[in-house]
Amino acid sequence: MLYIPCPYCGPRDETEFAYGGPSHVTRPELTATDREWTHYLYHRANIKGPYPERWLHSFGCGRWFNVVRDTTTHDILEVYLMGESGRPPEQAP
Amino acid sequence: MTAPGPYRLQERAVGAPVEFRFDGRALRGIEGDTVASALLANGLRVVSRSFKFHRPRGIFTAGVEEPNALVQLHSAERAVPAARATLVPLSAGLEVSSQAGWPSVSHDALRAIDFVHGIFAAGFYNKAFMWPSWHVYEPIIRKLAGFGRAPTGPDPDRYDTRHAQCDVLVIGAGTAGIEAARTASTAGQRVMLVEQDPFPGDSLTALASVPNLKVLRRTTAVAHYDHNLVALAESVDDGGTGSELPRERLWLVRAARVVLATGAFEQPLIFSNNDRPGIMLAGAALKFLRRHAIAPGRQVVVATNNDSAYLVARELRQAGVNIVALVDSRKAPPDSLLQEVRSLGIQVHAHSIPIDTAGFSALRRVTLGSLGSGTGTGVSDTRHLACDALLVSGGWSPVLHLFAQAGGKLKFSATTRTFGPVAALPNIEIAGSAAQPSSETLGERVSPVGNTARKWIDLRHDVTIADIELSVRENFTAVEHIKRYTTLGMSADQGKVGQAPATEVIAKTRGLRPSELGHTTFRPPFVPVALGTMVGRKVGALYAPTRRTPLYSLQAGAGGLFEEFGEWQRAAAFPRGGESRAQAVAREVKLVRNGVGLYDASPLGKIELIGPDALDFADRFYINNLMTLKPGRARYGIMLRETGVIFDDGTAVILDEDRVLLTTTSGGAGRVAAWLEEWRQCEWLGVRVVVAPVTEQWATVALTGCHARAILARLKPDCDVSNEAFPHLGFRATRLLGSEARLYRVSFSGELTYEINIPAHKGPELWAALLEEGRSFGIEPYGLDALLHLRMEKGFLHVGGDTDGTTVPDDVGFGKPAATKSRHYVGKRSLSLPENVRPDRLQLIGLAGVDSTTLAVGSHLRLPDSKEATDGWITSAGLSSVDGKPIALAMLRAGRAQMDQVVSVHDAGRIVTNARVVAPLFYDPTGARMNA
Repeated sequence: MLYIPCPYCGPRDETEFAYGGPSHVTRPELTATDREWTHYLYHRANIKGPYPERWLHSFGCGRWFNVVRDTTTHDILEVYLMGESGRPPEQAP
Repeated sequence: MTAPGPYRLQERAVGAPVEFRFDGRALRGIEGDTVASALLANGLRVVSRSFKFHRPRGIFTAGVEEPNALVQLHSAERAVPAARATLVPLSAGLEVSSQAGWPSVSHDALRAIDFVHGIFAAGFYNKAFMWPSWHVYEPIIRKLAGFGRAPTGPDPDRYDTRHAQCDVLVIGAGTAGIEAARTASTAGQRVMLVEQDPFPGDSLTALASVPNLKVLRRTTAVAHYDHNLVALAESVDDGGTGSELPRERLWLVRAARVVLATGAFEQPLIFSNNDRPGIMLAGAALKFLRRHAIAPGRQVVVATNNDSAYLVARELRQAGVNIVALVDSRKAPPDSLLQEVRSLGIQVHAHSIPIDTAGFSALRRVTLGSLGSGTGTGVSDTRHLACDALLVSGGWSPVLHLFAQAGGKLKFSATTRTFGPVAALPNIEIAGSAAQPSSETLGERVSPVGNTARKWIDLRHDVTIADIELSVRENFTAVEHIKRYTTLGMSADQGKVGQAPATEVIAKTRGLRPSELGHTTFRPPFVPVALGTMVGRKVGALYAPTRRTPLYSLQAGAGGLFEEFGEWQRAAAFPRGGESRAQAVAREVKLVRNGVGLYDASPLGKIELIGPDALDFADRFYINNLMTLKPGRARYGIMLRETGVIFDDGTAVILDEDRVLLTTTSGGAGRVAAWLEEWRQCEWLGVRVVVAPVTEQWATVALTGCHARAILARLKPDCDVSNEAFPHLGFRATRLLGSEARLYRVSFSGELTYEINIPAHKGPELWAALLEEGRSFGIEPYGLDALLHLRMEKGFLHVGGDTDGTTVPDDVGFGKPAATKSRHYVGKRSLSLPENVRPDRLQLIGLAGVDSTTLAVGSHLRLPDSKEATDGWITSAGLSSVDGKPIALAMLRAGRAQMDQVVSVHDAGRIVTNARVVAPLFYDPTGARMNA
């Protein structure tokens, strides 16, 4: 059971969190081709090593944030807020 | 007073006698005994029969690694099968029984199997017992294996769970563990020290005064999980039902640092017939002597390949036990040790190894052979020694299971001849003999001669060297394959005793060096753990939270038949005066269609969106255009996943300039709120809105039927409820019964309906007031079954009932609004993907049965001349409230183009009836009833 350092609350047991898949999945525009859109829906990298992913502190502060976790050792290497790493604020739908 | 038992060393034994029974036989042990030591003291050699061949077996170890002495404890619902006798504390009146053997464990007719043991070689169930089917033989073979009897009822004992955090968790309270614990706690760290052995020694009591130190006895560290979360199973009180204490306690400990002072398991020597009762690990015999004053036999031979057994021989001799000989497979054992034992009159056979034993029911004789120099392919100078106990020591293997569970890599070392860590892990330290197996050079541990089919490498599962050779011959050569093919190491002891020699045997068979072999994966738990311990208190009523609406008591009082629907306790129906559920539902449907009913809709999800962007934000989720929504109007909306699949449906109303109120399905309340929040936090970070779920803050009552308006008017709401002022799909925020209230004129039933929302604490008052004011109209409560039928007749969508994980809006007739909305909403792009526009997709249609056969949900449908296995299935069904005939909603392949077609209806492989495809609307097609 992972010990996840919530950037708002501090380290807590994994059972307080919900997993949200990989980070930085970019939502294409409506004009995306079928191929681009299908890639956005279903295709994810399967990385062995440091992997950026989203976690939600569902039984805590209720905030989403990003974690870089090594998929082989489960070491948590980095934690940063949602929207960080050069992500622009609101994207028009 | 004389300490009981012919093998008890009287001068040493202290403790009051304890009466117990083994297989019904009255026996006596002394205080502090385990079941194993008490049986040994009484000379009971045979305590079980082996798994396949029913050979007699005796106690082999003194601890957690015991492979043979598995016994049955207690009875009925407290029964414990496969308890390790070496760990069970003896208590007065304890009933212990053996698990195998017919008619008894000491005289087992099934030993006959041993004479044809070749049939039962590894993998026999893939080669023999195949005709007519393995399943004919399997139950018999399982029964013969002697697994013990499972409890016959729910576990009456309590189990607790505790969570703890510490700076250092020390596992094992031997010398190294105690030192590590003491050092860390005196340095000011919070330390926990756990020990599973029931006899940890005096040094543990000396720790009582050490600050910051918590000691847990009779506690086994069973699992290491990520980030140093360690699960401990503490044995608390086995005293039986009625005890105030839990039987076991599971600790979940998060430690900054873990110290594994877990010691080592002694390994056996391997030779022909190395499994007879009376053969035991040397270290175990020493424990039985020191702790329980027990002699392993009257004529004891000690056989070893290392130094440690010399201490055992010496101490036994000094206690008065007759040590016939000490056999050492090493050519030149250390002189100092030789002198010590010889001075006690013990004869030493150096460079020799046991090669066989004799004794049908128990050990009678051991045969020794001298090891030649060089090739080691044979022995010379074979000789017999009469003995009734043979203590074996084949070296020691560090206990590194938790290290491996933590991801630590292990490698077999040619020098220590056992597994050791390849590299250290951060925050896990190994201390003591677990870190440093002895540096001495070990002698031979496997006899070079003898029938390999009689050399046991896994006592518990009756696996011999011949089985390993067979496995390799049949090309199951990887250790994971050998394990599964022979079942080596798969038993309750998980191969704790024997892993080192087994690895060397496998390597030899394959012609490799042992260090070239890996090991099988170590998985939790380290020892068997009772299910109750893992579950703790989360059983029965505590398994999941029970959710009740504010109107629960009133409905229960009215005879509501409650069931769990998506976490909520809801009334399915209100049977009266001996009605069946189906009769109640039929009555309630009629009531709502012709009169007026009351329904508790409180679990319906309610979510407020607050902020300048509230409406814009809501509009991003629905296929329907919300931007044109006006105050006072409710708009129905369907919500999709990004894949285009229908996710939820509900309504949207404008409460205020900056405030929108959404409703969701009852089961989707939490899901939808989380969904909205995810998009708000992760995708549209700048949007100015707050998502506030308010489902539990409002009680919702649906006043349903043609008299609804009249009854509502009597409650004098603060708004005009006439049809002109408050038409269908209207919404009013108003006051009712002295409180704020929100009125929706929406209908799921197809009748005139007001969904009245009032603050939760006023719910019961509202319900009672409506029943009172509606009395003269014949108002009654109705349940979920009736509502689902009513809405089915109208063809109203039941998300998750008629839809599934593939349904897109066009499948259920909402293709047009989904396509016309130009704004990008979640899921819109997916609707034009090829899969979602296929012409042969399943589409929602209605079915009318051709005869009186009821239509059943889940029945499959087939079109005439269909080439497919199925063309769809029935999603909702019932008897029409209009004419009593069978009707249904169904998903049918290209259904909308099949109107009037007759399809066959299939159930459990048979055609049960036929049905005609009709529009999914069986009642009031113009909607006049709702709009009245």
